Amino acid sequence: MAEWVTTHLPALVILVPLTAAPLAFLLGGTLARPIALLSALLSQPLALALAFTVSAEGGVRYEIGGWGGPLGIDLVADGLAATLILVATVVGLGVTVYAWGYFADRERYRYFWPLWLFLWASLYALFLSGDLFNLYVCLELVSMAAVALVGLSLRRDALLAAMRYMLAAILGSLFYLLGVALVYAAFGSIDIATVREAVRADVTGQAAFALMTVGLMLKTALFPLHFWLPPAHSNAPSPVSAVLSALVVKGSFYILVRMWVDVADPSFVPGSAALLGVLGASAIVWGSVQAMRQERLKMLVAYSTVAQIGYLFLLFPLVAGGGAAAADAWVGGMFHAASHALAKAAMFLAAGTVLARFGHDRIAGLGGLSRRAPVTAMAFALAGVTMMGLPPSGGFVAKWQMIRAALESGAWWWAVVVVAGGLLAAVYIFRVVALFLGREGAEGEDADVDAGRSPATMEWATLALALAALALGVLGQPLVELIGVGAPALVAGVGP
Amino acid sequence: MTTFAGLSQTDLYALAGAALFVIGLYGLITRPHLLHKVLALNISSGGVFLVLVGIARRVPGPVPDPLPHAMVLTGIVVTVSSTAFALALAKSIYTETGHAVLEPDDLEETGEVSRG
Repeated sequence: MAEWVTTHLPALVILVPLTAAPLAFLLGGTLARPIALLSALLSQPLALALAFTVSAEGGVRYEIGGWGGPLGIDLVADGLAATLILVATVVGLGVTVYAWGYFADRERYRYFWPLWLFLWASLYALFLSGDLFNLYVCLELVSMAAVALVGLSLRRDALLAAMRYMLAAILGSLFYLLGVALVYAAFGSIDIATVREAVRADVTGQAAFALMTVGLMLKTALFPLHFWLPPAHSNAPSPVSAVLSALVVKGSFYILVRMWVDVADPSFVPGSAALLGVLGASAIVWGSVQAMRQERLKMLVAYSTVAQIGYLFLLFPLVAGGGAAAADAWVGGMFHAASHALAKAAMFLAAGTVLARFGHDRIAGLGGLSRRAPVTAMAFALAGVTMMGLPPSGGFVAKWQMIRAALESGAWWWAVVVVAGGLLAAVYIFRVVALFLGREGAEGEDADVDAGRSPATMEWATLALALAALALGVLGQPLVELIGVGAPALVAGVGP
Repeated sequence: MTTFAGLSQTDLYALAGAALFVIGLYGLITRPHLLHKVLALNISSGGVFLVLVGIARRVPGPVPDPLPHAMVLTGIVVTVSSTAFALALAKSIYTETGHAVLEPDDLEETGEVSRG
């Protein structure tokens, strides 16, 4: 049995939520929640086992049904994939526990469970895909489930946000698919490992990479293609917002990393790394400034996502030169992806508790929250510590590594961007936290109606995710090692 | 392989596909009506599929490369599903707002009556 599990591990990781999803749909009703929780719990040991197997063997390749390429589908896992799968698994469990309370008796949200499980399975499949076309299919699966989840409330604003998201997502996928077609024309394969060997300066190949990158930038909501993200992430039910900001944008980012760090390196298309870096820096400034100006908590958190996505794109100019700087940037970038996923999920879940409790999320009316919902206020503040990059959080390690990489490679201006971004985040987070700790605002009296109940499980799940983001900074060494397993040649030499 | 004005069959398909892709992109950006936007995306995906079909003809011999065909077939399945979903979403928006556009508030402000 144990041997059978080990052999089929990559497939099992996907199959657990993929089996649970139709079951939650068909059996529905009261059974959907326990099915989802069971699936979430089963995923934990499987994701851990996959991480251990990848660490022990330096990587895993699995042929579904034994067909093999080029017509069969291969699942491939290296340190990068295993890391993101672990992150998705932990965030997924937190969100599932939270949603158990959040959607407790809301009949209108009964489709949350199957859609969430489909989304979860699609994310796993995406991280494990070994070829570019399978990545396209997974991207579409992730997007469809995500769009449906955004529109779940069937409210006017949610539907409009879902439609905008849908059109952007399909367009992004089409750009990507056109790029995949040209990759096949240029290099005769869509298998990532084969393309890696075949890649060479070639106009068709460069055009292919440019098209794929544009599509993925749109899907990752990189400034200035972020227009769809704030409405979609803030109008979705809060557990959905958490998943979208924490995990879904990382899906398309993951493909960009595969393309520009693993398959080719940024010199493949001259200027690409600098362009991605400049857009990332612009995203940090623009997203932070917009976050400061928001009046609703969920909009603030959504614009914070626009800003934090910017950090991810600093990875490309920082790894471009290779060497020790690239190794530091690699760890920094992946740590940022992991700690942002945990902290941002906690922030959106905290905002969701506020909404469930008070029936609104107007920031001005949230004064004194630390007395009315202490655990939630605490979780928000701790998540903020990671977002600002203060020690000892995972966000601190991420920013530290990026600054080190920038200084080592002599490109100090990226270090300035990282520091400035942390200060900007401090402004919009302290504004909220100060209110939480302060006296009840003018709106305090009438807002203090405690419109709904919020089970303790919601608050504790939120706090657990925020603490996990902090713990990454202290106990993150095993993750650093996992990120380095089978790392692309450009950033190899990542070590403890 | 047949040629036209120095272009191979593959090139012709690829150029036609690229043209369709751009036409769809133009429609998506300029047309406010959601049905137009969804159809524009369909035209763009048709363009991508045409490029793939053209690429399948690049191999020598009478039998085309099956791999791009497999991709097109899968792509069609994906497009059918996403189109159906987008249409359902557009219909819900029409039911909810009375307009099938992304910014119904603008329409109401300007007093425009183009419904449905």
